[in-house]
Amino acid sequence: MYGRKKLMIDPAWCKGCGICAAFCPRQVLAVVNEKVTIQDPDSCVCCGLCEMRCPDYAIWLVNMEE
Amino acid sequence: MSKAVLMQGNEAAVEGAIAAGMRFFAGYPITPSTEIAEMSALRLPQEGGKFIQMEDELASIAAVLGASAAGMKAMTATSGPGFSLMQENLGYGAMAEIPCVVVDVQRAGPSTGLATSPAQGDYMQARWGTHGDHPVIALSPSSVLETYTLIIRAFNLAEKYRTPVIFLMDEIVGHMREGVELPDPRTLLINRRKMSFHDGANKQCYFVPEGEYVPAMKPFGQGERYNITGNAHDESGFPTNSHEIAGRLVTRLLDKIDKNVDDICRVEEYAMDDAETAVVCFGGTARAVMSAVLEARRRGEKVGMFRPITVWPFPEDRLRARLGSLKRILMVEHNHGQMLREVQRTVGGSVSVDFLGRVDGTVITPDEILAKLSEKEGEKHAQ
Amino acid sequence: MPSDLVHLYMRIDHLPQMWCPGCGNGVIMRDVAVAIDELIHDEESGVNREDIVIVSGIGCSSRAAGYLDFNSIHTTHGRAIAFASGIKMANPRLHVIVLTGDGDCSAIGGNHLIHAARRNLGLTVIAFNNDIYGMTGGQYSPTTPNGDKATTAPYGNVDRPFDIARLASGAGASFSARGDVYHARETIDIIKQAILHKGFSLVDVYSICPTYYGRKNKKGDAVEMLRWQKENLIPTARYYNMREDERADKKLIGILSYNDYPEYTEEYAKVIARSRESLKKNGGAKT
Repeated sequence: MYGRKKLMIDPAWCKGCGICAAFCPRQVLAVVNEKVTIQDPDSCVCCGLCEMRCPDYAIWLVNMEE
Repeated sequence: MSKAVLMQGNEAAVEGAIAAGMRFFAGYPITPSTEIAEMSALRLPQEGGKFIQMEDELASIAAVLGASAAGMKAMTATSGPGFSLMQENLGYGAMAEIPCVVVDVQRAGPSTGLATSPAQGDYMQARWGTHGDHPVIALSPSSVLETYTLIIRAFNLAEKYRTPVIFLMDEIVGHMREGVELPDPRTLLINRRKMSFHDGANKQCYFVPEGEYVPAMKPFGQGERYNITGNAHDESGFPTNSHEIAGRLVTRLLDKIDKNVDDICRVEEYAMDDAETAVVCFGGTARAVMSAVLEARRRGEKVGMFRPITVWPFPEDRLRARLGSLKRILMVEHNHGQMLREVQRTVGGSVSVDFLGRVDGTVITPDEILAKLSEKEGEKHAQ
Repeated sequence: MPSDLVHLYMRIDHLPQMWCPGCGNGVIMRDVAVAIDELIHDEESGVNREDIVIVSGIGCSSRAAGYLDFNSIHTTHGRAIAFASGIKMANPRLHVIVLTGDGDCSAIGGNHLIHAARRNLGLTVIAFNNDIYGMTGGQYSPTTPNGDKATTAPYGNVDRPFDIARLASGAGASFSARGDVYHARETIDIIKQAILHKGFSLVDVYSICPTYYGRKNKKGDAVEMLRWQKENLIPTARYYNMREDERADKKLIGILSYNDYPEYTEEYAKVIARSRESLKKNGGAKT
C-alpha cells in the first residue's frame, strides 16, 4: 500500500513474461515459478507502471477509498 | 401516379434499389455495370443517401457490409472480374449475417473476356464462388420493369434473411432500354431487418429461438453492443473453436434458406399447363425464348417456357411438379451449360434434356431455338 | 478479479487473452481502452461509449476487437479499413477505430490504407506493428527489417521495409503518428489525439513479438525487446532536443504530421446539399 492505493495480482492471469518486474522503478516485483509476486511491498510507490505495461492485465492498482 | 418512362436495365436497378430503401452504394467502375454506379452517384445524394467510389471491388463489398452493419441498406454492382474479387466477403456477409445486395451484370468471360458482350457464365459462381458451405439467394431479371420490381424483392429477402442477395443480371437486360410504367412507390412492400430491443452489451445477439432461423440485432450505434466476426462463433458473436457450435451455426445458416424455399423461390411459367416441351431459361435469354415459344405455339407445337426468377436456390420443386406431362426439356442459356446441371439433377433422367448454349459473346436468337426445338432429341453441345 | 478498466471495457468472459507471454498487443489494447475511457470522462471530447465502433481485420492484433466491449466487428484479412469506411459513411457520428496489424494494413490491405488516407475519411487506425506475421507462425511482413530472419526468409529478408506512419502521411493522412509498447502513457495520449482528430488518423504502434520475431532474430525476450524500445524510440520533447547525430538511429514516438484537410463525410454532406439544390432548380427532375 502507498497512500490510499494498493497493488493487486491475479496469478491466474499472469503469463510470467517479467515485463512488470524488469521495469519496476523500486524493484518491488519478481517472477517466481513463472508468476509475478510482490517481493518488497513496502517499497512500492504505486506508480502504476507495472499495470500500464502488463500485457495480460494480471497486476493492477486499486483505490482503497471506497 | 405512375407514368411510362424510357429506362435502361441498369438504371431500373438503381431506381428499384432506392425505392427499396437503398441509401448506400460503394462500387468500382466495370463494364457493363458502370451505369449503376453512375446513376447511384447522381441519385443517392438527392435522397439523402451516400455514394462512394472505392479503390477496388474488394473494398466495395467491404464498405457495403460495413454500411449495412451500421444500419443502411447497401448495394454494390459489378461484373464478372469484380464479382470474383468480391467472393471472400460474400462469404463473410453470409457468415456474419449482414444483409446487402450485390448486382452482377454478367459479361462474357473467363478473365477479361469480351467486356462488352453478353453472357450468363457467372451462374455457378453465384452459387459456389465463395469458399465453404454457405447460403445463397440469387435473383435474375429478364426485363427492365422486372429489374425494378425484382431488386426491391432482393432487398426484402436480404433484410428478412440477413444474408447477401446476388442480383444476377446480364448485359442484355443491363443495357436494354424499354418503356416502363413504374409502380407507385407508396404501393410497394418494403421489409426491414428484425431488430432486437436490447440495450448495452448483448451476449446473445445471435440467439435464434427454436423454429426460427434469423437473429434480431440492432445496427451499430443504436445502443446494443455485440461482436461480429467471420470466424465460427457462438450466440455472443465471439469466435469459437467448438466443432459442435460451428456445426450448429453453419447448419442454421443453410437451413435459413433451405427451409424457406417456398418463400424465396419464384418462377415464371408460360404456356406450361399442356406443354410437352419446356424451354428452361433465365435472365435476358428469356426474351428470345419467349419469341420462340410464341412462334412454336402458333405452329401448334406444345411448347412452354419455364423461367426461374429465383435462380438460387434452384426452384427444383416447381420443375419437378411439371415432370408428369413433359416429354422433353430444352435448356437455353448463354454459357456452356451451368443451369443445365441443376435441371439434369432435378429431372434425374426422367425426361430427356437438350441444351442450347453459347460462349462467344453473341446472342442466341429465336430462330436458333426454334431450329433446336425441331431437331430430334440430341446431345448437349455449345457453339 | 482484474482492474475496473478491464471490467468496464473488456469482454471479461474471454480473458485472459490468447496472445503469447510478453506479446505487446495486450499493452496496446489496454492503451486503446484507457484512451477511450479518458475521452468518455472528458465531457468536452463528446465521445460516448455507444458511438465507438472497433473494426479489425485478421491476424494476432485483430483479435483485440473481440476482447473490447464496444460495437466491434472482426472482418476479413486486409479489409478492416474498407469495412470501417462503410460504417463511417453510414453514420458519421460514430468514432470508428480500426485495430490492425502490419501485414493486415500494409500488405494485403495496403491499398485501402492509402486510399482512406487520401480521402481523409475520419477513421482512426491503430496499427499493431510487430514486424512479423505472428498468427501464421513468423513469416516476414512489409515492416520486417531488411536482413532479418523469418520462416519465409530463412537466409535473411531481401525486402526493404515500409515505415507505416510515413506511408500514411505520404498518402495524405491528416494525422500520422507513432507509438510503442514501452512508452505506454505517451502512446495513450497519442491515441486520444488520434481519436479526437476529425480527419483520417493513423498511429503506427511498435509492438513486440518475442515468440516469433524476437526468437528468430536473437532479440532476446520481451524484456530485452522493450529495453530496445526504451533506448531507441524517443518521445517528442526529448527527440527534438537531441542533436541530429544523436537522433540518427532513433525514431520519434509522437505525431509525425498533422493538418486540417477537410474531412470526407463532411464534404459528402455538402454533396447531398448540392444535389438537393440542383433538384429544386430543375423543378424536381431527378435525372
